[in-house]
Amino acid sequence: MAEKTPETSIEQGDPRRAGEAMAVSAVEDWFVREVLPLEAMLMHFLHQNWRNKADLEDFRQEIYAQLLEAAEVQLPERTKPFVFATARNLLINRVRREQIVPIDAVADMESFGLASEEPGPDRNVIARDTLRKLHLALDRLPVRAREAVVLRRIEGMSRREIAERMGITERTVADHIAHGMRILANTLFGETPKGEA
Amino acid sequence: MSAADIEAIAAQWLERRDGEGWSDAQSAEFEAWLAQNHAHRAAYWRLKAAWSQAERLVALKSASPERSAPATPRSRMRPLMFRAAAAFALVAMVGIAAKIYFAEPAPRLYTTAVGERKTLTLGDGSQIELNTDTRLRIASGNTRKVWLDRGEAFFQIKHDEAHPFFVIAGEHRVVDLGTKFLIRQDSARTEVALMEGSARFESTIARTKPAILEPGDIAYATADTVSVTKAPEHTLANALGWRHGVIIFDRTTLAEAVSEMNRYNVKQIVILDPAVARLTIHGRFPSNDTNAIVNVAQDIFGLRVEKRGKEILISR
Repeated sequence: MAEKTPETSIEQGDPRRAGEAMAVSAVEDWFVREVLPLEAMLMHFLHQNWRNKADLEDFRQEIYAQLLEAAEVQLPERTKPFVFATARNLLINRVRREQIVPIDAVADMESFGLASEEPGPDRNVIARDTLRKLHLALDRLPVRAREAVVLRRIEGMSRREIAERMGITERTVADHIAHGMRILANTLFGETPKGEA
Repeated sequence: MSAADIEAIAAQWLERRDGEGWSDAQSAEFEAWLAQNHAHRAAYWRLKAAWSQAERLVALKSASPERSAPATPRSRMRPLMFRAAAAFALVAMVGIAAKIYFAEPAPRLYTTAVGERKTLTLGDGSQIELNTDTRLRIASGNTRKVWLDRGEAFFQIKHDEAHPFFVIAGEHRVVDLGTKFLIRQDSARTEVALMEGSARFESTIARTKPAILEPGDIAYATADTVSVTKAPEHTLANALGWRHGVIIFDRTTLAEAVSEMNRYNVKQIVILDPAVARLTIHGRFPSNDTNAIVNVAQDIFGLRVEKRGKEILISR
């Protein structure tokens, strides 16, 4: 994977930062608005086309990294075909490199209607589904982690307040919440509305 | 590094950033990590988006048990401290200000898009309804304080003598004394309409005395003036039409009606002719449907309507 080293070290008052930050925020905006809603579909696609499920998370990460790299140069006109073309290329390259799965394993693209002008997922459906998924994510958390997440995100308590309240260290609070954040993201973005990938 | 490892680090950053204020050094370290590669950004942005969507969980809050033992109320003496600090050198003041800033957890941000509405329920049972294109921040921790940065919100606040509720809108501040009130904030002015109870309206710029608002009072404040007028009951009721998705016009000029309608829609109506702008209309209109008002212009006033891209031009 092409990794860029930062071109400048970040310093206070670095004159490059203002302009750069604007472009970066446009990419983030695009990523959140257009790419993340496709994640459930993307994971489903990867799941269908790749035998070793342990690889999927790394694939997703790598696909996202490639998308961002391209988007920094220019945002794509249509996100969905771009996302799935990237996914497909990644799988093909893996197949070539690893020589395990026949290439027609990744020929399933058409079942996703990628060639069509089909719009992205209906935003209303997403909104209705979000709350349900949030509940689901909370249910999946261990009791203590759930308590910490609820106190932070719902009660708005600080790390120290939560630590005092739960009788644990601030460090543990931070771990619980970080864990909760990951479960939330996987449940919200990675899963189809039926709740299974 | 595996995706899981990167994600774990991203989550740590997000937790730190969300939870506490952080130092310049930490901030620089974070920026450097984020800038390092695309995988870092993807992982961080993804978690951040999920965490921010989890704001909807606040809706559950009214159902969750109240905090049994509220932590000792930290006294909010910020203005006093600033005044005291002014006696010292500027350097000292900056130092104190920075300390206060970092000691306070970051407020939570809530926004609505054009045409969107949202209801927030706070832990004390108070409710805040956000109208279209609004940006509101709620202080974390034990303070009852919100900032209305932009847009319009309707507040139904549970009174708590020991913990007054503050709304900061632009250069003005509303201190609730147990009330229902509406605040609209745009770049030029702040408007506060009080429906029930009472509230104190204070301005930090205008050298005016704080005004105690009573039901039916509307305070208008610009950068240097504050005025309070009594509005008839139906005017106040009409001003809240948006809570049910309607805009109510009562002998409103077409110019005002259109500018109101445009707040709720991406499609913008433009009146080309000053004589047309002075026509008046009445009635209830769905806020998310520009057609309703365009049809009135076309069918009742016999005006010319032309659609051009995202604009609808109205002329004679």
